[in-house]
Amino acid sequence: MAKVKIKIDEKEILAEEGSTILEAAKQAGIDIPHLCYEERLSPPSSCRLCVVEVEGVQNLVASCAYPVREGIKVKTNTERVKRARRVVLELLISNHPLDCMTCEKSGSCLLEKYAYELGVTSSRFQGERINYPVVSDNPFIERDNNKCILCGRCVNVCEEVQQCGVLDFARRGFATLITTGFNRPLTETACVFCGNCLSVCPVGALTEVERKGRGREWEFKKTTTICPYCGCGCQISLHTKNNTVVKVTSPPSAPVNSGWLCTKGKFGFEFINSPERLTDPLIKEDGKFKKTSWDKALEFIASKFKQIKKEYGANFIAGLSSAKCTNEENYLFQKFMRAVIGTNNVDHCARLCHSSTVAGLARAFGSGAMTNSIAEILKADCILVVGSNTSETHPIVALQIKKAVKNGAKLIVADPRKIELTEISHLWLRHKPGTDVALFNSFMWVILNEELQDKDFIEKRTEGFEQFKKVIEDYNPQKVQEITGVAADDIIKAARIYARAKKASILFTMGITQHTTGTDNVLTLANLAMLCGNVGKEGTGVNPLRGQNNVQGACDMGALPDVYPGYQSVEDGRIREKFERSWGVSLPDKKGLTVVEMIHAIEEGKIKGMYIMGENPFLSDPNATRTLKALKSLDFLVVQDIFLSETASLADVVLPAACFAEKDGTFTNTERRVQRLHKAINPPGLSKADWEIICELSRMMGYPMHYEHPADIMKEIASLTPIYGGILYSRLGERGIQWPCPDPSHPGTPYLHKDKFTRGKGKFHSVTYKPPKESPDKDYPLILTTGRVLFHFHTGTMTRKVKGLNMIYPEGVIEINPRDAANLNLSEGETVKVVSRRGSVNAKVKITDKSPHGVVFMSFHFAESAANILTNDALDPVAKIPEYKVAAVKIEKIRE
Amino acid sequence: MLSKEDEEKINQIIDRYRDDSGPLISILQEVQTTFGYLPKDALFHLSRRLKIPESKIWGVVTFYSQFYLEPRGRNTIKVCLGTACHVKGSDKILDKLRKILGIKEGQTTKDLKFSLETVRCLGTCFLAPVMMINNDYYGRLTPDRVEHIVNQYR
Ligand code: SF4
Ligand code: SF4
Ligand code: SF4
Ligand code: FES
Ligand code: FES
Repeated sequence: MAKVKIKIDEKEILAEEGSTILEAAKQAGIDIPHLCYEERLSPPSSCRLCVVEVEGVQNLVASCAYPVREGIKVKTNTERVKRARRVVLELLISNHPLDCMTCEKSGSCLLEKYAYELGVTSSRFQGERINYPVVSDNPFIERDNNKCILCGRCVNVCEEVQQCGVLDFARRGFATLITTGFNRPLTETACVFCGNCLSVCPVGALTEVERKGRGREWEFKKTTTICPYCGCGCQISLHTKNNTVVKVTSPPSAPVNSGWLCTKGKFGFEFINSPERLTDPLIKEDGKFKKTSWDKALEFIASKFKQIKKEYGANFIAGLSSAKCTNEENYLFQKFMRAVIGTNNVDHCARLCHSSTVAGLARAFGSGAMTNSIAEILKADCILVVGSNTSETHPIVALQIKKAVKNGAKLIVADPRKIELTEISHLWLRHKPGTDVALFNSFMWVILNEELQDKDFIEKRTEGFEQFKKVIEDYNPQKVQEITGVAADDIIKAARIYARAKKASILFTMGITQHTTGTDNVLTLANLAMLCGNVGKEGTGVNPLRGQNNVQGACDMGALPDVYPGYQSVEDGRIREKFERSWGVSLPDKKGLTVVEMIHAIEEGKIKGMYIMGENPFLSDPNATRTLKALKSLDFLVVQDIFLSETASLADVVLPAACFAEKDGTFTNTERRVQRLHKAINPPGLSKADWEIICELSRMMGYPMHYEHPADIMKEIASLTPIYGGILYSRLGERGIQWPCPDPSHPGTPYLHKDKFTRGKGKFHSVTYKPPKESPDKDYPLILTTGRVLFHFHTGTMTRKVKGLNMIYPEGVIEINPRDAANLNLSEGETVKVVSRRGSVNAKVKITDKSPHGVVFMSFHFAESAANILTNDALDPVAKIPEYKVAAVKIEKIRE
Repeated sequence: MLSKEDEEKINQIIDRYRDDSGPLISILQEVQTTFGYLPKDALFHLSRRLKIPESKIWGVVTFYSQFYLEPRGRNTIKVCLGTACHVKGSDKILDKLRKILGIKEGQTTKDLKFSLETVRCLGTCFLAPVMMINNDYYGRLTPDRVEHIVNQYR
């Protein structure tokens, strides 16, 4: 960027060409008052508070719109400027209820701030006033048009960033106001309750409903930490008073989310101070839980585990770690299982979402994580989104996609369901569930046929191409049209767009991974990216969006049965020795069991005791009836959680854990960014952070673990884990560090495989299409596919404790296409029985063309309509991930 | 809900403007000519078809006074309240109209025969006080003449 020399208030400044006076001043630390300007939005330049004098220009100019030019001299604070600003404020105040003494915004209100700074106490302009009713038409956002200063920020953020277009100016002149289309309640508009309008409102016109009456702005303690919900890893600030979270905001400087949040991050915090939180250790006696002390509970657990170990052996115990817990806790958990119990039977829910990603990408590239960063999506000129309902599962990533499309990137969506992104996509390929390999092999058929591949890249950076090429010959689009239901023309068009793009990025989630062919699906996408040279460059890549806040970290920390932290194999003798030396014990040399295998092993009597930390396998695992039976049949089950979850209620001992807001630590988000968690409040009752509990239990078992603080644990992790080698708390700062970060001087790695793949050369795999394990037939004619919705998270342990979220999305539904509904004679809202070969659940019918003909959809958040009673626990042979995305079901009417 | 026919009418209007940029106002005008006002369902339909958020459409139709969200009477009466007319007693004319029609300005009679509006200067001040019914001017009005004139349009 070229620089120009300007002078602001006698200060010489080198400003970036093309920036405005306001921006240049800000860079130089001079704050010009402004109301309608917001740094992340395009400026409406309508409030005129930001006026300044420019030498040689007769009138005052709006500094938020006036570009800098070489040599201009600006004065930001002359009497003339101040007079003009006072007039602006007086006009605003003449039509403003001066309620500051009771207004929730007071203390962080810009109107109040500037009025104070400029000494404006009242207005010379006394005129007509309109009295608007305060609108409280939804559980989250209250709107008070009387306090609105018509700056337009909310309109802009909703249109430019969230792209929902819910709010706009209506009427004109004195009667102008901000409202929804037809003044409808927000709940009846396209509003997704991200609350981003609220966070940019400079005054008290938009307020969090939950925050009302809970204290003045200056009374709150503000702690910046990381959102506990999804893998985006947004930075949030908890505003607390009296050990209670009152509201959540996010700093505009947040590295991943620039201060924008989704509804869960913004409004989903009520669970933290829920009265249902576990406060004491519980021991089950005669089928009932009784409160007990930590010592008794831990002694009991230690004696039980020792007994099972003695009687049957260490491998009769298994542990489930948690993608919700910190890196440090996951590290300690696997260390506990391996070094203290003496087994590799440790896994966690990543098995159920992205184990096929890890397996597939490790084989193809050598590293099983998102190759590129979230911010790089903006640099891609083609984005291929496959099997990812991004707007609901990774809302902040979706914002980047929408922004990229607005800037001209081409979006291709491949998804059986009509998800939000299909509305802005250039091409939507609605393939049949489970036919991904065929679809993308056909892409590659087109690319090879038209010689659009990146020959240079293939030759220099990859291997296995010739063999792979032969397999592709079978997948001409005409034939694949039959398998996938996608028109050959569309396949050709999409393949060309992808191949001709300079930089193309692939994003995917569970629509790819949760299949018996999950690993194959991932390998196919890796093939496609390599074929066009879309790896190892900025703005490209194969990017699995990880679900849980710390699922990336839990994998990195070795909460997996086959690897130690940093994906170091337990079967590699040299590596095992390294860990044995550090941990001072000898370690098992065979890999352990995966999640679903554990359940099957319980049935066979090969697992007797289990330690489950922060997971709810009863609702999250496939074939729930079988899971329930297995867990019940265990000799001994310990569950450590923040609530008495469905799984915890089956336990013999329940340990109360602190939640994210109550502890320090780190989470690693989906783009490998290790970020710091900061303790905001104290945990309820006797509950403790998971890492403390593990340490104490370990001590009881005769293996002392001494750590003063999670930072000490990270030191140990760094010393044993090459990809985390340079991760130190003192270095994490506000932006975190993206691994691999091998040493304390390394800045971290935004994108992988730059000059060389982690495994050396990228490897093409020859993958053929195999149909899903279960296909619809005469008895079970419909395909059930499962997933998540925006307003809930995972098994609902947290979100279902948040009133507002449940008002917006109260219960599980089954989404069905209008044609299928008509055939089955179903009506909207009717409760039906959904039956698969494994069980049945009841759910309410929602008729929508989101579901294609022949496919029904359910989310797995609701215990009452537990979709996983229906799903198939057939596994991918490599990654052992179950086929959540395809199960054959039928729908039965319930007779009144 | 819109009837299939009405939907088709609107679609035809949209199609006619397909190649224009920013055709919303022209489309709204034509829809209003077709239906006599802007039915809500028609606006919902436009929002979906044109992929323009409802809030934008609402902003436009509430900004311009030319758009009507309620059905209009077959005849529109405009009473001038400009300075010249005001001096010559236009408020009495308006009063009289309110009485005969039983509605206020901005409203439409139940039988959908008349809508009553006020305007600022009809540009024929030399005729003050003036009112206009549809395209006809009536000048130098006195309150007693009003009823007779209005009755011609019943
Ligand atoms: S919005 Fe600001 S100025 Fe208005 S009453 Fe509240 S604190 Fe005072
Ligand atoms: S909450 Fe989000 S979607 Fe709803 S109006 Fe505000 S910005 Fe728009
Ligand atoms: S509601 Fe707030 S952000 Fe929106 S225009 Fe009014 S003052 Fe500005
Ligand atoms: S901040 Fe510049 S005009 Fe509003
Ligand atoms: S003032 Fe009435 S016509 Fe001009």
